[in-house]
Amino acid sequence: MSNCPNDLKYTQSHEWIRIEDNIATIGITDHAQSELGDLVYVELPEEGAEFEQGDEAGVVESVKTASDIYAPLSGKVIAVNELLEDAPESINNDAYGDGWIFQLELSDATEVDSLLDADDYEAQIESDDE
Amino acid sequence: MTIGNNSISPPSQLIFEISKPGRRALSQMVSTQEAEAKALLNELPAALRREEKARLPEVSELQAVRHYTNLSRKNFSIDTNFYPLGSCTMKYNPRGAHRAAMNPGYLQRHPLRSQQVNQGLLKLLHELQDWIADLTGMQQTSLTPMAGAQGEFAGIAMIQAYHNARGDDARTEIIVPTAAHGTNPATAVMCGYKVREIPIEDSGDVDVEALKAAVGPQTAGLMLTNPSTCGVFERRIKEIAEIVHEAGGLLYYDGANMNAILGQARPGDMGFDVLHLNLHKTFATPHGGGGPGAGPVAVNAKLAPYLPGPVVEEKDGKYEWATPSDSIGRLSSFMGNVGVLIRAHYYAMTLGREGLTDAGALATLNANYLMARLEKEGFKVTFSGRRATHEFIISFQKETKQYKVNAMDFAKRLLDYGFHAPTTYFPLLIPECWLIEPTETEAKHELDRFVDVLIKIREEAINSPEVVKQAPHTLPVKRLDDVKAARELVLKADFEQIDAAKANQQ
Repeated sequence: MSNCPNDLKYTQSHEWIRIEDNIATIGITDHAQSELGDLVYVELPEEGAEFEQGDEAGVVESVKTASDIYAPLSGKVIAVNELLEDAPESINNDAYGDGWIFQLELSDATEVDSLLDADDYEAQIESDDE
Repeated sequence: MTIGNNSISPPSQLIFEISKPGRRALSQMVSTQEAEAKALLNELPAALRREEKARLPEVSELQAVRHYTNLSRKNFSIDTNFYPLGSCTMKYNPRGAHRAAMNPGYLQRHPLRSQQVNQGLLKLLHELQDWIADLTGMQQTSLTPMAGAQGEFAGIAMIQAYHNARGDDARTEIIVPTAAHGTNPATAVMCGYKVREIPIEDSGDVDVEALKAAVGPQTAGLMLTNPSTCGVFERRIKEIAEIVHEAGGLLYYDGANMNAILGQARPGDMGFDVLHLNLHKTFATPHGGGGPGAGPVAVNAKLAPYLPGPVVEEKDGKYEWATPSDSIGRLSSFMGNVGVLIRAHYYAMTLGREGLTDAGALATLNANYLMARLEKEGFKVTFSGRRATHEFIISFQKETKQYKVNAMDFAKRLLDYGFHAPTTYFPLLIPECWLIEPTETEAKHELDRFVDVLIKIREEAINSPEVVKQAPHTLPVKRLDDVKAARELVLKADFEQIDAAKANQQ
């Protein structure tokens, strides 16, 4: 069974989002890291960058593939996880903790309703597997 | 088994590790006297002269020969093994072409000799230019780019020069499909463009609706491979060309997969404005380290003035170097890798138009035969129901889930059975995939053997998965830690360490 904490929100493109007030912390899911395999490089967004929902915000690269990370919500980047520059494996080891990627200050909180909850996301990855 | 017999492989040592001061291969030394050499050296500007002696390995002639011969025996190559590396077209490099290029008349050419005495070689290059233009439906060719990636760079630089010359300089985007070769977006970025990706449909074709939504006054061009990296022919190519042209953009054809359609269809007729060909693919010249490569560009009339120079022109039966009027400039000294161009000329000359067409047809037949057999044996073909071009994709998603043995494990195990692995994990959008390209030069027997071995590996994956997961077992190096290699790559030898180890031995 996939590891999808209930207190998080998700996207179809395998980002997780932790909402605290007007701040969203974003990473890629445990399922995503396991599909990608060992990560060797993370391209972080720049602090201060502004994204619309769905914009490309960064890249995660493993030995087998490279994948874009999308901004799951609109907003401004207020922090990035610099630990990942030297230790991209943090995402493999702890996708929902040390492996967070960036934080957004949201410009439109109503967009949160468009995100998936844990059950929806799990159903999606199960149907992807078929 | 033809490879990986460790009993014949001496330990892997760097040539520096067997070096001993004072060892020489006298027969190989330059005859110049020391005083004369010093005098010649003094003609070089002081700033360019080395202050310390270069550290070169000192070995006997026999040691040098053994060292490199043994290294070469550790290689997988098209000369030793079936090499179905998708998108790379690893076809046999005919020995006749090597022999032709070794002709002393070619070897002794120097581009600065008078054009008078270089007429034979210039004529050859001129013919190759014409043939490439003819085979691709373009107007003019430049042979100077030294590899496919440089050809791509030249192509996009020409598109940029074309727009700029017209004062149409607000075009900032190059469109590429998600299935594109990685070099396509890289090329666009190197030329200062923003890359806009468009998806492909489940059928493998470009999503034309997404393309319509993506084009606009910001579109400089579209880069497309046809047949695509999904191993299928882009069926709506004419419509795609119209959409891009109507928006004012140009179409770039990545010729990496030209082998499939040579003699059957021409990019120029599909609406492309510019393309590169990989002579080391389509024209059977050697690849990569065995190459070097050659990536000529060909263009229609719109872009002809911008071609990189030099090109060869004919005037009154005489051939001469020329630079197109608004050339983007030079990409190599003189004419790129001439030795490779000679081989390509020989290949085209030997096969002729019919032979080149047959080569593409047989490459397609081989791919479709292999695909049909693998599908029948229960392997998952990604674009099932569509005819493969010269290559096709299978996915090991099912095997990965059921037996925990993934595409990379299958690929590594294949090496033990004497096959080079197909391209793994490309295109990026297909999970756990292989891209398989057998080329026209493999016999049916070899293709059947490949299928038999894959069936055997699948049985191993079910019954003894560890054997597959830890493969290869018979090669000079075992499973490499590719994560460590990506994170902490070390490519330099440490002389201090080598010296210390030698001191310990004494």
